[in-house]
Amino acid sequence: MARTALRGRLTWQVATVASVTRETASVVTIELDPPHWPGHRAGQHLDVRLTAEDGYTAEREYSIASAPGEPVAITVERLEDGEVSPYLTGELRAGDELEMRGPVGGYFVWEPGDGGPLLLLAGGSGIVPLRSIMRHRRRTGSDAPAYLLYSSRSWEDVIYRDELGQYHDGVQVSYTLTRGHPAGWAGHTGRIDQALLTQVAWPAEANPLAYICGPTSFVETAAAGLVGLGYQPERVKTERFGGTGGH
Amino acid sequence: MSPVSRGFRQLHRAPVGQESRVPPGQYVTEGFPVLSVGPTPHTPLEKWTFSITQWGQAKKSWTWQEFRALPAEAITSYIHYVTHWSKLGTEWRRVSLDTLLDQAGYDAPYVMAFCDGGYTTNLPIADVTGGQAWVAFGYDGGPLEAEHGGPLRLLVPHLYFWKSAKWVRGLDLREVAEPGFSETKGYHMYGDPWREQRYAGD
Repeated sequence: MARTALRGRLTWQVATVASVTRETASVVTIELDPPHWPGHRAGQHLDVRLTAEDGYTAEREYSIASAPGEPVAITVERLEDGEVSPYLTGELRAGDELEMRGPVGGYFVWEPGDGGPLLLLAGGSGIVPLRSIMRHRRRTGSDAPAYLLYSSRSWEDVIYRDELGQYHDGVQVSYTLTRGHPAGWAGHTGRIDQALLTQVAWPAEANPLAYICGPTSFVETAAAGLVGLGYQPERVKTERFGGTGGH
Repeated sequence: MSPVSRGFRQLHRAPVGQESRVPPGQYVTEGFPVLSVGPTPHTPLEKWTFSITQWGQAKKSWTWQEFRALPAEAITSYIHYVTHWSKLGTEWRRVSLDTLLDQAGYDAPYVMAFCDGGYTTNLPIADVTGGQAWVAFGYDGGPLEAEHGGPLRLLVPHLYFWKSAKWVRGLDLREVAEPGFSETKGYHMYGDPWREQRYAGD
């Protein structure tokens, strides 16, 4: 908190795109190489600014996908009626330049000292800041037990699928698919609800720390559900991913 | 010099005639975004009060019934989220903060709004008096839903929307400007969207 406040001005800087990696049909991860990156905390976001040939500019906010200490990266989902996301997911190439500033946000963050057990609830591209938290947990050797429940439209829409499949050592990952599932699917199906939360969530007596990120309906259902299970409201941190405005 | 992104072009446009209503770095959304840092609180109305305090000492308090008996007005506002969304033409039912502050009496240069859920935000008294700030209990012809701050939220449309605190329960009059919840986490103390005061130092 104090660190963010004292760091002073967040200036725009021109970053070079180090790589663009396709995650799913509509999602890419963009690794950025800014001249000066002050470092970030797991769960923070940054602002991107694009300039068109006619001078028009557009700014958007994206969650940081990488862990502290890793090259800064964002993961962007193409929104059909979007303006910036179709460019970032379709046109942007390694070597291109764009403006960025950050990191931003000091509440939806996790540090090893915050401990656990961690309950991470992701809806769609809401997985992005939670992935930063999971990587940070692993990189720092934290022994906080972690449970990730990831709600996705389909198996093909799951972002970081291979990476998430490689977690063990105190991490459990499960999925719920809301619009169809592969043959033989053994995971959960349907939207998150109280029954599913009751099944997967750490008991409230363990004083868990929950991070929820996704669209508004997902976040509202999940947060209210955890409070209903006895979670302390101040230990349920929520964030809505960009695009909840309908764009 | 900003680098030009070849192939990037403008797709979103403010509605014709409304262009001057959209501050720099913002774009118009038709949705009604929800930005909250935790679960939505639900205080029963029979236990709900709105208070004006000075350094925590009560000056005046209203029950929900007393609050709803105050003169209310329906007004359209333009709201600007620090996350770059602007929403034009939102329609609120609201009570002017002038009404509440005049009834309580005030002689302090700042207020700290406090809310269910623990959120706070700071505002200069000059920005919450003179017909610039309200508390809103209705939206778009209906009650203000809990996820949007109901039963009552601040409405200070000339500043970024994190200043329009949801689930507001009162104002504490202060002698000095102190940062609230978002302001201690890197956001600007004042938050003027026309000067793009998003983050500390802007």
